Amino acid sequence: MPSDYTKKIVEIRGVKKSFDENHVLRGVDLDLYERENLVVLGKSGSGKSVLIKLMVGLLQQDEGTINIFGQDTTKLSLKDLNKLRLKIGFAFQASALYDSMTVRENMEFPLVRNVKNLTRKEINLKVEGLLDSVGLPKTINQMPAELSGGQKKRIGIARTLVLEPEIMLYDEPTAGLDPTTCIDINNLINQVREEYNTSSIVITHDLTCAKVTGDRMAVLIEGQFQAIGSFEEVFAQAKDPKVKSFYDYNFIQ
Amino acid sequence: MSENIERNKPVISKKLDKFFTGLADAFRFVKRFFQEVWFPPYEFKEVLRQCYEIGYRSLPLISLTGFIVGIVFTNQSRPSLSEFGATSWLPALISIAIIRAMGPLVTALIAAGKVGSSIGAEIGSMKVTEQIDAMEVSAINPFKYLVVTRTIATTLMIPILVLYTDFVALIGSFINVNQNELVSLSTFFVQVFEAISFLDVFSSLIKSLVFGFTIGIVGCYKGYNSSNGTEGVGKAANASVVMSMFLIFIEELLALQIVNAIRYA
Ligand SMILES: Nc1ncnc2c1ncn2[C@@H]1O[C@H](COP(=O)(O)OP(=O)(O)OP(=O)(O)O)[C@@H](O)[C@H]1O
Ligand SMILES: [Mg+2]
Repeated sequence: MPSDYTKKIVEIRGVKKSFDENHVLRGVDLDLYERENLVVLGKSGSGKSVLIKLMVGLLQQDEGTINIFGQDTTKLSLKDLNKLRLKIGFAFQASALYDSMTVRENMEFPLVRNVKNLTRKEINLKVEGLLDSVGLPKTINQMPAELSGGQKKRIGIARTLVLEPEIMLYDEPTAGLDPTTCIDINNLINQVREEYNTSSIVITHDLTCAKVTGDRMAVLIEGQFQAIGSFEEVFAQAKDPKVKSFYDYNFIQ
Repeated sequence: MSENIERNKPVISKKLDKFFTGLADAFRFVKRFFQEVWFPPYEFKEVLRQCYEIGYRSLPLISLTGFIVGIVFTNQSRPSLSEFGATSWLPALISIAIIRAMGPLVTALIAAGKVGSSIGAEIGSMKVTEQIDAMEVSAINPFKYLVVTRTIATTLMIPILVLYTDFVALIGSFINVNQNELVSLSTFFVQVFEAISFLDVFSSLIKSLVFGFTIGIVGCYKGYNSSNGTEGVGKAANASVVMSMFLIFIEELLALQIVNAIRYA
């Protein structure tokens, strides 16, 4: 755990985003510090995925600013935005592995397209090394359709790591997985931070995952962050009934 | 951005508004193709793979259909010609019909069904499972990698397939003529080539290029804009077939007008 939050890497201020009449984000403020794992909690449909999609420019906010490494994402040209995107690893909620490619090709794809002049050997070394570190070396020649949900998630994470991102965005990494696989993924998230010195946002409904991986929690309710702090701060002393009910609900389940 | 349009009250009626925004959207999609196609990376490998897929997918059906069309069309045309004792004109008649209209049309309609739907479904499912987003966030241009390559591939492959369909249909026709009028292969093909002009072949190929482009871009457009959910994938596949067939008929009519204007100028 980082002892002090000194270096701010992401600064989100007053971000609003609506889809027609559906006002999803209604003024979001959030900071992410260097080497921190920040957990974002919130009900289904509260706009967690929308928030991280705004960060990488997959969606555009209606109002507010998102600063990443001191750059205002909305003011970047496509070229600069792409440069920024390479520093951000985005692990999708449903893995988003390319169906038509093998695991190896999936992992190589971002690499060969963004890093020039790599030798075959360097590529193989990287891909195999990463597959080893997520514990799935044997899947290398399989198609995504042949993998289980948990395997897909891990390969999805490994794929984002080939470009050695400085920020990782995990969208519900443990959703729909059995408890043991959840533990694997939680460990992987912590291991990634140790190895790559990443700062991460982990979106989850799973409070165990939140507790194990997160340094700070942020609870998104009705389009705004209602509580931000350590796990204990947010939940043990939760005064806000909505935050509290979120906690109770999760642990009674 | 498009918000002010979306937030405001409908300008005419909701349906008409939607139609026109859809049209503008499609137009922008086509424009983007022509903006991006000239610049690297060219993705030759992906284009080649797509060309192969298109050929592989549609060849069996095209062979069968072309062959049968040749036989049936010849057989059905015979009675009207024999009334005037003009069955010796059969090869010429058939060749004009096939090269000018049947070949391109049959090929394009089959490709719209087989290739267009699979492009729509493939890109649609990549869209709804966020694979397209995944490309975007790893700084890969999905439009270039998916849309440009597939559209180039269909545009190149349809003319080639049309030539092949023409050939197979003529073989079918020859078999029928050979059985009934005892015309030899060489006589048949001499008559076939005498009947058609450079303009016929050239315009047929240009038309096929347009058909191919239509099939590719429509499939990609429908897939790229498919709404979320697996249901959207089926819809995208279906809509790309309907839309490209409709456009192919319109283009056929336009081509007829243009070629006639040139021919009789
Ligand atoms: N591209 C889009 N177009 C229209 N509406 C959208 C779009 N993306 C998200 N939404 C809407 O925004 C809201 C928030 O969606 P989001 O995916 O961020 O939820 P979430 O918090 O990630 O939920 P979950 O935990 O289920 O993943 C939803 O109501 C959704 O319908
Ligand atoms: Mg989500």
